[in-house]
Amino acid sequence: MRSERQRRPSWEQPSLLTKVAAACGLVFLHAPVWVIVLYAFTTEDRTYRFPPPGFTLHWFEVAFARTDIWESMRLSLLVASAATLLALVLGTLAAFALARRKFTGKESITLLFVLPIALPGILTGLALLAGMRTVGIEPGFWTIVAGHATFCIVIVYNNVVARLRRIPPSWVEASMDLGARGVQTFRYVQLPQIASALLAGGMLAFALSFDEIIVTLFTAGHERTLPIWFYNELFRPRDRPVTNVVAVVVTLVTFIPILLAYYLTRPRHDD
Amino acid sequence: MLPAIELRALRRAFGPIVALDSVSLTIAPGEFFALLGPSGSGKTTCLRLIAGFDQPDSGTILLDGDDVTSTPPFARDVNTVFQDYALFPHMTVADNVAYGLRVRGVAAAERARRAREMLDLVRLGEFGTRRPHELSGGQRQRVALARALINHPKVLLLDEPLGALDLKLREEMQAELKGLQQRLGITFVFVTHDQDEALSMADRVAVFSNGRIEQLDTPRELYNRPQTAFVARFVGSANVVQGETAQRLGGPGRAFAIRPELIDVLPGTAAAPAGHVQCSGEVLDALYHGASSRMRVQVDAQTILAVDQAELRGATSAMPAVGALVRLAWHPDHAVPLRD
Amino acid sequence: MASRRGEFSPQGRQAFYFALLLAPPLLWLGIVYLGSLATLLLQSLYAVDEFTARIVPEFTLATYRQLVTQPAHIDILLRTVLMAIAVTVASAVIAFPVALYMARYASPRLKALFYVGVMLPMWTSYLVKVYAWRLILAKQGIASWGFEQVGMIGALDRLLEVPVVGGPSLASSYIGMFVVFVYMWLPFMILPLAAALERVPQSLLQASSDLGASPAQTFRNVVLPLALPGLAAGSIFTFSLTLGDYIIPSVVGAPGYFIGMMVYQQQGTAGNLPLAAAFSVVPIVLIGLYLMLARRLGAFDAL
Repeated sequence: MRSERQRRPSWEQPSLLTKVAAACGLVFLHAPVWVIVLYAFTTEDRTYRFPPPGFTLHWFEVAFARTDIWESMRLSLLVASAATLLALVLGTLAAFALARRKFTGKESITLLFVLPIALPGILTGLALLAGMRTVGIEPGFWTIVAGHATFCIVIVYNNVVARLRRIPPSWVEASMDLGARGVQTFRYVQLPQIASALLAGGMLAFALSFDEIIVTLFTAGHERTLPIWFYNELFRPRDRPVTNVVAVVVTLVTFIPILLAYYLTRPRHDD
Repeated sequence: MLPAIELRALRRAFGPIVALDSVSLTIAPGEFFALLGPSGSGKTTCLRLIAGFDQPDSGTILLDGDDVTSTPPFARDVNTVFQDYALFPHMTVADNVAYGLRVRGVAAAERARRAREMLDLVRLGEFGTRRPHELSGGQRQRVALARALINHPKVLLLDEPLGALDLKLREEMQAELKGLQQRLGITFVFVTHDQDEALSMADRVAVFSNGRIEQLDTPRELYNRPQTAFVARFVGSANVVQGETAQRLGGPGRAFAIRPELIDVLPGTAAAPAGHVQCSGEVLDALYHGASSRMRVQVDAQTILAVDQAELRGATSAMPAVGALVRLAWHPDHAVPLRD
Repeated sequence: MASRRGEFSPQGRQAFYFALLLAPPLLWLGIVYLGSLATLLLQSLYAVDEFTARIVPEFTLATYRQLVTQPAHIDILLRTVLMAIAVTVASAVIAFPVALYMARYASPRLKALFYVGVMLPMWTSYLVKVYAWRLILAKQGIASWGFEQVGMIGALDRLLEVPVVGGPSLASSYIGMFVVFVYMWLPFMILPLAAALERVPQSLLQASSDLGASPAQTFRNVVLPLALPGLAAGSIFTFSLTLGDYIIPSVVGAPGYFIGMMVYQQQGTAGNLPLAAAFSVVPIVLIGLYLMLARRLGAFDAL
């Protein structure tokens, strides 16, 4: 039916324009990150000249030797671990409390959980700073952790609540019916089911905390997480390609948990 | 002897909807008891109250003479087979069955032994290492049974146990459940909306409607002597004759029920046997069902009677045509007076 | 006769456990977060004494008055809001074909690819993305190389000479900033839009064309109105994220101040926390208003 093939856009076939535009949009989204990867290998160290004059692994060596980078990396990992742990506990508690109960004010409480991540980061950051100043706490490691944990709670909460809601209520009743008390039901029936959600939520929270800059700038004081190190380099760079190397590493470190979390939370058939 | 279960004036309302309206009943030990009724009649609520998954607004629940109204489910000597079986997918069949022992701290070796025992009882002895999703519906149900029985509860509750099974399997399971109950001697209480099931398996049946028990009797009594129009219609679909027609045909101004198979069609101009009640009407439809045929006859403006005629051997007479006039008769003793 | 087992009634027991579960997270958020927000609001009602440069803890509207009367401040507010609006419109336009293709035309495998393709940049490090654009837009970077290759370098130069939005290079002009903003929030616009478009039943489109509408008319009369909630939902993100951002304007763009930068500067070097707080209240109010508007358009159902 070659001769009858329509070239006009219909609702069964997209127009050429749509296809091209969609492809362009997707490329637009991805290209910049590949640029960074490219620049991590350039030999030119003073400008951002394109095309790069040559390729080298030299900057990777330089970056690995820099102690300030390792210090910041260590701090970021510690902060992310602590914040994730805190978020896991608080988020899971909240998920169990709210999964199936209906009561007045439930919507407001859910809104409260979402607020730290919904309002612009600068507000959260400034508010936390104002709070610290009022109470007289000095910014440092624990204030960073506190800030991160606050908006990571909702990430864990969302993941766990979604999984909890998919557990048929009859399972909990069956467990109780057979003689299990609350803690036992949690341990034997609910925990195995939400394990993947906990893992996914935890990894997303970790990635978010590791990468966080907006709120952290307010709550860090003199501490320097890796993003803060990076931010300073943007203004007073020592070796530009080293910055690029760090950028590549950061991308990878946040990339992997995200992908894993995605695989863990994909809908499965045996639910 | 103390009743296995006693319910006293149980009441449970969900907002404006009254699920159970002051229900009382007694179930003897070792009885196979059925809670029968259409959806929304309160039978499932009643079961859940006995199990402990819900609390009544008022009233008392006694198990073996002990008041368990505010006892949580894990402390009651009652176990439940759920409608969706509620098997834990992340555990093997054996672990599922042994769950009740595990949460009571029984050692692993003992657990394995007793789980195997229960699985043998339900003829699934070799399936211990399988996972629930590998089993068929009927097999899953037997696992659920085994799991619920491992603690040797005094009472076993079953929530619409056969609803998800196809006809053949259902009939098999009915026999199996009945046999199991007789062997174990445990009190079984099951909920169903299928009157066939209730009649064939239960020793006694409580018929629920709108949160109340309409009649509590043996299956035979329910079938032959329904006390209300609801029971007459729900259990065995009897004809219910009310009002003026009832006066004309039945006697002292009360409604009555008459089973379709107890109404005779008078052939030709034959006279009715002495003492029989007589009436006539127009055939609305007539359907052949193999072992019998069912006709619906419009006797007067408010009354349509269903008439079942068994196919007699060698009978060649065709069914009356639609619109034909037929004469019906029945013995007055077969008309069962109803309360309303 | 009440049972002797257990002290609480079953309902009481349930309520107790519920409170036990909910208390820690609720307390945390209530105290740490809401408490902080409250102190922020409080600070905005204080003022800095002009002579001592110290914060005077007395309620006053002087700081707010400062906010809305000084022309420099008005400039900042206006600049930020205009940029937010421009970014929202541009994202909507660019996101549409992507969302449309993803939602309605892509095969299941391609659709999954698109979803991952949109999620990955969304979750990539914020700073890395900003930095990447700095590289691309730099004086001798990829962007100008690209323009040169297609012989449009003259056009680029002229573009940069446009007053207000132009600048010495793409990396230090409002145009550059605009591009970066659009890039950063694009996934947030694509996803709700795709979800909304996916929900348009095919039968509606077929009915429309059956009744005689051309594809363009169907688009305008059927698709667009039904996609509106998705657009509204996406625009919440683009609008509020642009409004509050302070990093992008300082890394890429012209010297003019934005709300976010102002907030950052005031609380830091200028030591004027009340003014910073007052400035940060503006996005809250604007976002609140925008949310009310978006809710009317059905954005909340599309989230």
